[in-house]
This record gives sequence, structure tokens and C-alpha cells, in this order.
Amino acid sequence: MYIILFLIIISLCIALGFLLAFFWAVKDGQYEDDYTPAMRILFEDQKTEENDNN
Amino acid sequence: MIKIIFILPHLCDSCTMNQISSDSYLRKTSGQTNCCHCGDICDTDVIVLEGKPFCCEGCKLVYTILNENGLDNFYNLEKLPGVSQKNRTSENYAYLDDPDTIAKLIDFTDGTQTRIHFLLPDIHCVACIWLLENLYQLHKGVIRSRVDFLKKETSITFSNQDITLRQLVELLSKIGYPPRVNLNDLDKEKMPAVNRSFYYKIGVAGFAFGNIMLLSFPEYLGVNISESQDFILFFGYLNILLSLPVVFYSGWDYLRSAWLGLKQKQLNIDVPVSLGILAIFLRSLYEILSHSGAGYLDSLAGLIFFLLIGKWFQKNTYSRISFDRDYKSYFPISSMLKKENREIPVTLDKIKIGDTLCIRHGELIPADSVLVSGEAKIDYSFVTGESDYVKKLKGDQLYAGGRQMGGLIELAVVKKVSNSYLTQLWNEDTFEKERSIHTVSRLANKVAGVFTVLILLVASATLIYWLPVDTAKAVNAFTAVLIIACPCAVALSIPFTFGNLVRVLAKQNIYFKNINVIESLAKVDHIVFDKTGTITSSKDSEMDYKGEPLSEREKHMVYTLTSHSAHPLSQKLKSTFDFEKPLTLSNYQEIKGQGISAKVDGHDLRIGSAVFILKKTDKDSVKQNLFIEIDGQYKGAYTYQAQYRKGLAKVISMLKKRAKVSLLSGDNDREKDKLSPLFTNQFFNRKPAEKLAHIKQLQDQGDRVAMIGDGLNDAGALSQSEVGIVVTEQASNFTPACDLILDARQFELLPQLIRWSEQSIQIVYVTYVIALLYNVIGLSYAVQGLLSPVIAAILMPLSSVTVVLIGVGLSGWIVYRNKGSDQVYPGP
Repeated sequence: MYIILFLIIISLCIALGFLLAFFWAVKDGQYEDDYTPAMRILFEDQKTEENDNN
Repeated sequence: MIKIIFILPHLCDSCTMNQISSDSYLRKTSGQTNCCHCGDICDTDVIVLEGKPFCCEGCKLVYTILNENGLDNFYNLEKLPGVSQKNRTSENYAYLDDPDTIAKLIDFTDGTQTRIHFLLPDIHCVACIWLLENLYQLHKGVIRSRVDFLKKETSITFSNQDITLRQLVELLSKIGYPPRVNLNDLDKEKMPAVNRSFYYKIGVAGFAFGNIMLLSFPEYLGVNISESQDFILFFGYLNILLSLPVVFYSGWDYLRSAWLGLKQKQLNIDVPVSLGILAIFLRSLYEILSHSGAGYLDSLAGLIFFLLIGKWFQKNTYSRISFDRDYKSYFPISSMLKKENREIPVTLDKIKIGDTLCIRHGELIPADSVLVSGEAKIDYSFVTGESDYVKKLKGDQLYAGGRQMGGLIELAVVKKVSNSYLTQLWNEDTFEKERSIHTVSRLANKVAGVFTVLILLVASATLIYWLPVDTAKAVNAFTAVLIIACPCAVALSIPFTFGNLVRVLAKQNIYFKNINVIESLAKVDHIVFDKTGTITSSKDSEMDYKGEPLSEREKHMVYTLTSHSAHPLSQKLKSTFDFEKPLTLSNYQEIKGQGISAKVDGHDLRIGSAVFILKKTDKDSVKQNLFIEIDGQYKGAYTYQAQYRKGLAKVISMLKKRAKVSLLSGDNDREKDKLSPLFTNQFFNRKPAEKLAHIKQLQDQGDRVAMIGDGLNDAGALSQSEVGIVVTEQASNFTPACDLILDARQFELLPQLIRWSEQSIQIVYVTYVIALLYNVIGLSYAVQGLLSPVIAAILMPLSSVTVVLIGVGLSGWIVYRNKGSDQVYPGP
């Protein structure tokens, strides 16, 4: 039964890991502009020859 | 003859992002030849490069720069993405070489690398983001650039060695994105990093909420095995540990606000909330430590988590528009100072009394001064709302905020920038009124007062009832009442209902400063309109012709001549005609401030002012006239008339059903007769300070005033009124301090806006009733001392979720149902 104690502690640690990851994301500024990245993802890395011919 | 070339706009299969500016694209391509860069219709002078047409040299230049640097993908990302370079005046950025100025503008520097952010008002599409983020390909000095599309800001890191700030700004303006650098930037305190602690608080509360719930599961399921007693204890202690940061970090703002409120003898909404928080926390602490129960810490964490989410919901909506601009945002950062026959750029804060300034066409006068030389024609529309230019002679006083329209003038400064006429208006006491930010709604605070008293009454009654019977049970029931009556739902209702309304309307380009504006707007009973730019549109205008009728041929000639002049009146006159191409023209002459002449199709054509054509001054000083003369023969005159906004009459008549409506204009009264059917009360020639006084006077009569204006000249009135509404053609550009920004295209929604505000307040009352019903159920358990953690854990989130769903659902529904409906105010 006491294995539960162990499991609870592990689960808390994992949850804490996610909390820290969230802090990291906030600190990185991910919540400051939630609009532009959605547009940015549509850029192509390198234009192809075909695009040039358009 | 001018050759007109038709080309198909850049079609690209990979382009899937054109929806953003699809409407502007349609407008742009419906005409004749479109500029390959900006999509504007090329008028007469089509510049052709590599078989592509451009409307002006500026556009061609941008295209060339981009092409040379392999950035032509810009044209694939969006159809005709450029910004027209026509009518762009090149600004002198020499002041950016001054180390003091640089130090004030930049965000951060370590000596070799510097970071700065600019406001680039011309950002408008996905291609702009792409181009600006690929700036490093244009200049090796740029290390990194990042665009915030909604704020129209670009943050750039550059290497000091390779590029100076001035070169960077010049590069940006060369590719069509001149940064807006104004006096405000010099003055700003370094902005603290965006408030991130709020997100941390939500994160902590969410984390604790989830885990405490998990650890409370045995309690919910009624697990009660003797050997699990240790676990229950362990879980309890763990719960306390997890709840500590929730109460003292995430929930700290509520406790603090309640304490501050109590100190000022005010019962704000945070008082009953804090009462609940503390009651739950202390009772749970006691139960767990005394081994008598499991406590209600799950409910506590959930409550604070929901409250924070509500706060985030209401706060998230209006971050992108600046509502608190003052005069400093309107003034340029520098002016040209004349010293020993040389012109040197100087930042405005360094201008001293007695300095001589050189002001050119289109530039703003930064400080009150006296005209020394040159011919001053000042456009004061910015300051007073007067739309006609004012002529000034040598020795006349010129006020700050006027814009010179004409040649070069020299001024002697008589007052410092911060003491000038315009800035004094902003510094008036009224502007200091309530600058503090009210984030908590007045309505909520009013309800909270009643609520707190009610809770305390019920709780004390319970205590008194049980005390003779059973002391333990009495305390138990007393705290249970405090717990279950915690006005979580009441605290959530307004953020979600109003927050959602604000969010839905923001999508339609109607921006509220904060949710309190909704409450003020619902109570308005006197609506005051400004005229110029508010009920008239600066874009649409009419040209009335009086005189001998012109034949089609003659109209064509007028069209040809006016298309050669960049003067705004010429451009407006030109736009009233619909001819494919101009006729042949020679001997073109333009006399500044007077008129234009040329030989068109073999005839002598002259267009201009009364002095130019009739050789006498214009008696009709109230209108702007353009006189036409063909082959020495006077034909007639075009009169320029501003056009009223679409649906004005309907808007006014709808508003009249619920409120008094009046007009308060800084302009002269030439349109009085035209407007009298609409407005019963009309006031003209009001200076900014008089407008403010007028609003004050109305308020003293007991009216709750909404002022609807467009600019700086209304600043005092906008700020004085209960609700200051700004109508603007471009929300991202110049909007003064106000409570509500209304996109000009949504002008017709004005009456609905007030209706929606009223309805959303009704919705809030509905949710209060629902929350109350839940509370009655919960209280019936609590007063009997039967409140178990499970009931609390179910009832409290359930009431919150119901309130949130109803608030959000109904507030969204009223907007979609009512939009475009005429019957907002059924007649009496």
C-alpha cells in the first residue's frame, strides 16, 4: 500500500515539471503575442524555382 | 500619348493567405493599371520597370531594393502587399545621431548590440511580417527582427558596428515602413517587462487545483479503511502545502484589495471573496490539523483558479490599442533649428524660448511662436476642428499643433513645448481625474456591499441559533455559511459577460478601454457629437459645380489638368470624374497656394482660387471654391463640401429616442441649416476649452454625457464626459485618450452599442439570480451544519460554470442577433 506514497510523490514531481515548463514558456514571452506566430508559420523557408516563375 | 499596360496581378498557387486584405485587394484591382508594388491605380505617369508598372518612383525604388536583395518573395506572400509611396515626405532623421536621443529610444544595449522596438503603422499583412523579419538579408547590421502584428511593432536587434540607429530607421522608411518616433518615446519611463506574474499566478493556481483535487479523491469516494488513515493524513498535509502558494501568492491580490478597501471603509467585491477564501482556508487548516476532517482546500484552489481565469478573460481583450495617448504622441520628436544660417535638427525637449525654427510644408508647429518670415497657411483642424486653413502674417502668433500648408516659414519660439496652448489643455486638472485604473466594476462593488452584509447576517443568525445547542456545531455551521456563500459566481459574472461583449465587439473594430465603459455607456442620456471628422467623413466628399454647364470635353480637360497636381483639392476634383485616360497637355504650371494652368488639347485651361482666376479675393470665405477658366473665359466654380457619414440621419433619429442629442463643433456654422433637421441643439466655433466647459455644464445639469469626437481638439471634452468615444478611420493611427474607439465603418452601430451595454447589464443581473439560487441550496445545507466537502466541491464550481456559460453565451448572442437590426429602439 505504501507504494502509493511513492507514486504520489512521483506524480507531483512530474506535475511540478510541467509547471516549470509553463513558467519557462511565460518567461520566454510566449504569452505576449499570440497572433503573429500563427501567421509566421505560413512562410516557406526557401522559395522554390516555381515560385520565381509566377 | 501615354501607354497603359494591363498586367495580371501576381498570382501564386502557394499563396493561401490573401484573406487578410482581400477586400482592399478587390478595391485595388477593379480599376485600370495597378501599381505592381502597392496596387494603387496608376494615374498618368506610369513608370515601367521590367514590364511591371509602378505608380510612383517610391514604389519602384522599394521594388528594386527588394529584388536586388532576393526578397521578391514579398510579392508572392500577398497580392500587391506594398504601401503606396506616393505623397510620402522624406523625414530628416538627423536627430537620431544624437547620443542622448538614442539612449532614450533604445530598449537595451551592451555596447556592441542594441535592441530597440519601433511602431510601424504601415504593417498590414503577412508579407509585411515576412519582409520585416527578413531585414537581416537587406543589411548585415541587423541581427534579428521580430514583428508583433497586432501592436504593429517590430523589435530589432542590431550590431552597433555595422549600422547606426539613424541608418536603421532610414532603411525601414526606404522600404516603406517609416517608424513613428514621437515625443512620447523620449519621455517614456523604460517600460517594465510585460507583467508576467499574472500568468505565473494562474499557473500556480491551476497546478495546485489539479493536484489537490487528485489528493481529495479518497474523500469524494468515501474511502474509509482504517489502515488508510495514514494516507488521509498525508494527503491532508500535502494539500495544505499545495494550498499555501495558492492563497498567499495567487490569491494575494484579492486579500490585499479587500484590506485596502476596508481601510477606506469600502465594501468592494473582494471583501466577500476574501472572507470566503479565509474562511475556507482556516476551517480546512483546523480540520486537517485536528484530524477531524478533510477540509475544503480543493474548492479553495478551484475558486481562486476560476477567479484568475475570469480576470485574464477580461484583461486579455484590449491590450493592443493604446487608450492613454496624450499630446506627446502627436508631436514629432524633432524640429529644424536655425542657427547661424545653418539648420540643425534638435529634439523638441531642447527647444528654448527665442529659438528660430524652420517649418516646411506639412510639418507640425511644435511650440507657440511668432511668425518671422514666410507665408504661413496653417491647418488648425488638429487643434480646433476648424477645417479651413488660416492665413497668418509676419508677427502673428502661431499656436502649437497647427500644420503648415505652404512653403517654408521661420518662427521664433515664445513658449516652451510643454507650456504651449495645446499642452496646457492636456494638463488641465480634469485630465488628472480618475487616471487610476478601475479594473473592478462599480456594479460588482455595489452588489458586493449588499452581499457581504447579507452573508454576515445569515452566518451570525446560524451561529446564534446553534450556540446554545452545540458549540462545535455552531462554529462548524458558521464557517460553512461563509464558505458556501463566497460570491465566486458574482465575482465571475461581470468579467465574463462584459469581457465577452468587449471581445466580440473588438472583432468588429469597436474597442472598449475597459469593462467599466459598458456600465457608463448604458446610463448615458445626452449624446454630444463633434462635427469635422466625426459626422463628416474625411474620405468621402462632394464637389458641387455652379456656373455655365461644362461639356463632356471640357470636363475631360479639367480631369486632365487636375490629375497633374498633387494638391488635395485637385485630387478631390479629379476623383469626381471617371475618364479612362487624360488628354494631351503642355505648358503645365503650378503657382503654390493659387492654382494650376496648362494648354490642354489645344485650349488654355486655368483652375484655381478666386485671386488666381478672377483677380479678386473670394467673398465666399466659408467655402473652398475652385474656379475654372477656359481660353480666358470664366466658366464656373466647384465647391468642396464634406460628406456626412453613411446612415447619419438614422443613427441620430435612433439615438433621439433614448437621449438628448446635440452638436458641438469647433468649425464655423456654414452647415448649420443643413444640420438643423438632425440636431436641435447646435453649437459652433467652440474652442477646445469651451467644449470642455460645455460638457461640464451639461453634467452640472445632471446629464450623463457621451462625447463623440475624432481628435485632439476634443481631448478635453472626451475626457470630461462620462464616455468619450472616438470615431476613427484608422484605429491603429491617431486616437487620443478616450474610453471607446469606434471604427468609422461601424458608425451606424452606435445606437446598438448603447443597447448592447444595457442588455449585458441585464444579463449580469440574470446570472446574479442564478448564483443566488445555488447559494440558497448550499446555504440550506450549511445552516444545518451538514455541508460536506463533496457538496462544496460540486456546488461551487457548478454555480461558477453556469454563470460563466450564461454570461458568455447571452452576451455573444445579443450582438449577433441584434446586428444590423433597425428596430433597436422601438418608438414610444
